[in-house]
Amino acid sequence: MISILEENMFLKLTLAGAALLASVALPATAVNAQTIGFSQIGSESGWRAAETTLTRQQAKDRGIDLKFADAQQKQENQIKALRSFIAQGVDAILLAPVVATGWDQVLEEAKEAEIPVILLDRTVDAPDSLYMTAVTSDLVHEGRVAGEWLAAEVAGKDCKIVELQGTTGSSPAIDRKNGFEQGIADHSNLSIIRSQTGDFTRTKGKEVMESFLKAENGGKDICALYAHNDDMAVGAIQAIKEAGLKPGSDILVVSIDAVPDIFLAMAAGEANATVELTPNMAGPAFDVLEAFAKDGTLPPKWIQTESRLYTAADDPMAVYELKKSLGY
Amino acid sequence: MMNRLHPALRRILPQLITLVVVLGCNVLVFPDFFKIEMSNGRLYGSIIDILNRGAPVALLAIGMTLVIATKGIDLSVGAVMAICGAVAAAAVAGGSDVATAVVLALCAGIVCGLWNGFLVAVLNIQPIVATLILMVAGRGVAQLITEGVILTFTNEGLIFLGSGSLMALPMPFLIWLGFGVMTAIVVRKTALGLLIEAVGINLRASTLSGVRGNVLIVAVYAISGLCAATAGIIVAADIKGADANNAGLWLELDAILAVVIGGTSLLGGRFTLAGSLIGAMIIQSINTGILLSGFPPEFNLIIKAFIILVILIIQSPIVQSVLFAMRMPPDLSNDDAEPVEGGSARDRDASAQKEGMAP
Amino acid sequence: MLLQGRNITKNFPGALALDAVDFNLLPGEVHALLGENGAGKSTLVKCLTGAYRRDSGAIFLDNQPINPRSTLEAQDLGIGTVYQEVNLLPNLTVAENLFLGRQPRRLGLVSTRRMNAGAREILSGYGLKIDVSRELSSYSIAIQQIIAIARAVDLSGKVLILDEPTASLDATEVQMLFSIIRRLRDDGLGIIFISHFLDQVFEICDALTVLRNGRLVGTSKLADTSRLKLVNMMLGRSLEEEIHKEKDRTASVDPVQLQFKNFGRSGHIKAFDLDIRKREIVGVAGLLGSGRTETAEILFGAIGHDSGEALAEGKPLRLTSPRAAVAQGFAFCPEDRKRDGIVADLSVRENIILALQGQRGWLRALSKSEQTAIADGYIASLDIRTPDCEKPVGQLSGGNQQKVILARWLATNPRFLILDEPTRGIDVGAHAEIIRFIEALCDEGMSLLVISSELEELVDYSQRVIVLRDRAHVAELTGDAITTTNIIRAIASDGHEDKVSA
Repeated sequence: MISILEENMFLKLTLAGAALLASVALPATAVNAQTIGFSQIGSESGWRAAETTLTRQQAKDRGIDLKFADAQQKQENQIKALRSFIAQGVDAILLAPVVATGWDQVLEEAKEAEIPVILLDRTVDAPDSLYMTAVTSDLVHEGRVAGEWLAAEVAGKDCKIVELQGTTGSSPAIDRKNGFEQGIADHSNLSIIRSQTGDFTRTKGKEVMESFLKAENGGKDICALYAHNDDMAVGAIQAIKEAGLKPGSDILVVSIDAVPDIFLAMAAGEANATVELTPNMAGPAFDVLEAFAKDGTLPPKWIQTESRLYTAADDPMAVYELKKSLGY
Repeated sequence: MMNRLHPALRRILPQLITLVVVLGCNVLVFPDFFKIEMSNGRLYGSIIDILNRGAPVALLAIGMTLVIATKGIDLSVGAVMAICGAVAAAAVAGGSDVATAVVLALCAGIVCGLWNGFLVAVLNIQPIVATLILMVAGRGVAQLITEGVILTFTNEGLIFLGSGSLMALPMPFLIWLGFGVMTAIVVRKTALGLLIEAVGINLRASTLSGVRGNVLIVAVYAISGLCAATAGIIVAADIKGADANNAGLWLELDAILAVVIGGTSLLGGRFTLAGSLIGAMIIQSINTGILLSGFPPEFNLIIKAFIILVILIIQSPIVQSVLFAMRMPPDLSNDDAEPVEGGSARDRDASAQKEGMAP
Repeated sequence: MLLQGRNITKNFPGALALDAVDFNLLPGEVHALLGENGAGKSTLVKCLTGAYRRDSGAIFLDNQPINPRSTLEAQDLGIGTVYQEVNLLPNLTVAENLFLGRQPRRLGLVSTRRMNAGAREILSGYGLKIDVSRELSSYSIAIQQIIAIARAVDLSGKVLILDEPTASLDATEVQMLFSIIRRLRDDGLGIIFISHFLDQVFEICDALTVLRNGRLVGTSKLADTSRLKLVNMMLGRSLEEEIHKEKDRTASVDPVQLQFKNFGRSGHIKAFDLDIRKREIVGVAGLLGSGRTETAEILFGAIGHDSGEALAEGKPLRLTSPRAAVAQGFAFCPEDRKRDGIVADLSVRENIILALQGQRGWLRALSKSEQTAIADGYIASLDIRTPDCEKPVGQLSGGNQQKVILARWLATNPRFLILDEPTRGIDVGAHAEIIRFIEALCDEGMSLLVISSELEELVDYSQRVIVLRDRAHVAELTGDAITTTNIIRAIASDGHEDKVSA
């Protein structure tokens, strides 16, 4: 609750700042300055907090008046926020939907009010005529980037891979598994020998990695670890160290998300690569809106964010500090 | 044969047999299961993993056993783990030494337990509802402490509690074993165990006999909070970070299951700490066995549920009485015969009923 | 004859609950069904309403034989029952409760408007003008009671059975209920009224039937029955039967050990004075609900007292909880052994040392061998029939359970022992033994307070008898005045003047 209060305060300051900017400092840009509503799910994870921070930064940089509403994980709060945005007559709405269903009616209302809606990082089960576009990452692509990196890294040598899956049945787990398999499909020297769920958590990542190490000759048979998120990789790195092996060299470690802690591991040489799930969903959305405001260009219905690969060559400590400043 | 065993051992014999059978199954899916070797000055092997990884549930089961013995239940232990792990992590991150951090975390656990005990004993709220409050709210409290992120730390002293080893054995194992033995000695060498059982069976009669029933109830929830705090410290120390979202998630259910498999009735009364600890090891053996087996993860929960179902069926009174009747040669069957008519007549009735139901 | 039961017999395993009981109810009559606990009142009602299957006998309604197999069937035939704890659904509205299971429907949907109108109409017949769309639980127990009656009458309409309807009502509420009962009676309903309050029986009833130990003691018109006769019927004695036992009634000459001054708790028991000497047995007599158990519980701290003080040899005593009372050397064998006495799954040994251990605290544990020695000692001296001290106490017979509880308290070496119905529900042999123990303990110097409905027994061993009625101490008998006759007189006396003097 403290964090919510802080956020509200931050929000007021930002709004005041933005208003100040718009009305006094930069009267020239006030002509095309927009008011945009942003209905955020909440702040349940570091990534989510970073997304909020980046959205505000982007809005400020572009002179956009951002109206921010934290739904605290409730769809009803999001629907209320959307109606209030419509009533205020904002120029556009960004929506990070907490669930996939139940949006048709409020999206209709926005459409009738001729307010474009852009979905961020998740999609909804509604006709795509009801929103302008959806900005999301491609989970399959993320897995593929990780797989392709590993294939290039081992360069033809035989490599037995163990995989830490996300929560069984969740779409990131399914898609990131498929993507990775696609990424290594053309390389017969790569094979996944064990795959088990680590529930996206450090504790389970560590426990499952311990069992992989036991089951595969004390880990001597394992060449690489692929984890569906960085947290499991961080847990597994500890298990590898405790088993007397060197993560990063004895066993290569590649994972997805690019949370700050994996850059610490990378700086220590204990992790090799991570694929970023960017928290900057708002940037592309604002680009689209600007283009639309300028000459009415309609974007495609899906905008895929960049899935950037980070390795030890990318100055991990600097990335770590940057990420930390975003509120991860 | 069974009568020659020490009564305490006889009581947990079914649990010991179950544990041996589960371990035997693990050998079938993973032949090197019992292999133990020294590595980096510590023992290393699947058995050691079970003793190590079973620590959180074993610790929770100690407190849960006492709570259940008073006819209560503590659903909040998983959330309390998250709170206490967060407290310990926040303390060392704030520059405290490891002793201060541990003491603060244990105090937080006791405070949580006292809160539960207050709701149950003083306000007379049903235990399942009273502890549900903290189960739901506790993670929120933990998240306030960690500010929504995994709060990592590098304090070697605290990390040692989770992944260090002493005499070649992992610390979490030594902690739960020590805690279990200490608790068992305290409840059995003092009158605490007897008074807890009396309160669990008949609170009113115990109170009318001058037993401070409500104080005891508050005390067992406080002990449960202490156990959860210890488990929370271990889990945080293990991953060098406090994960408010996931630490101890659903572990309250594993702890209750451990107590039930261990042979303590959910209706309160007679309890066995040794049985609950073995129950915790049975659950961890199943978990570790599944991980070693290499089965696809989609089957994890089904396999676990099936094994536990089999265990509970075998332990059910009806199956037990049938098995007992089969095991007993007829000439020995009157060894236990009761000279008092009332009791044996009742027993006869009950067994006749069961035999009637069996086919 | 409206409702008639003939030769109704009901056996429970090990007990004959009803033994060929006849019962007759006329239309336009309020008929009291009386008897102590376990006399068979509720068994009879349950047989009449089909809740129990009777073993033999016949039931006639309007002179037609009926055979209800459930309370629902009895209700359809015209027999409705209202229990002490209102058996309605507190979270439904008043109207829904009245029409539950027969809501007026319109196009297949419940018509709330019609239902509420119907409910208002029904209740206006009872002089009740309340908002029928509010939840039942928002009204007092008395209103709920009336709503329950309204529903029962509306559904059945011939016979209304009221099982202790006044138990949780205050005086004005009782009057409100009585005016409704009178009106229903004038409408021709037959009403069976079960109550422990004799004053109320004399106020409202036209006839009465008394049961004792499952047998019919008698039926008579109220006009022909005096209070004295009624109490005699209930307690199963007649004045002629009085046996004058020559007993040594030398009153205790020992000093007063305990004094209770103006001791009481409003709503439970009216404040009383009581002195108890060393080496003295004080008997307590009264009908069920007269405040007997409350007297015991307030002395033992199980109910906190809100007036008065307790003194031991002139020094004040703190009696705020059973634990505090035990610390003062008090002991209490409760009436309901199963609920308040034994800890069923624990062994005889553990049950015997429980109070002693509770007194010592959890840190100073008695060793197993000390426990066994104490338990075996009492098993021998009280002749507790058990194969060994490790048997769960729940498997012993009632008499042996009572002895275990007695042993539990003797182990704490008390100076004041309270026994609530120590001989109820135990076999004849153990019964005599327990009375012997009571007398022996007194001879050893203990003070005892014994509550019993076995008056002869009470007369036998008491040096003084306190008589209770309507939750107040109304008489104290000493010396030769202690006779069953005097006790019954005191219980039965109309008592308004006594109440003042007490």
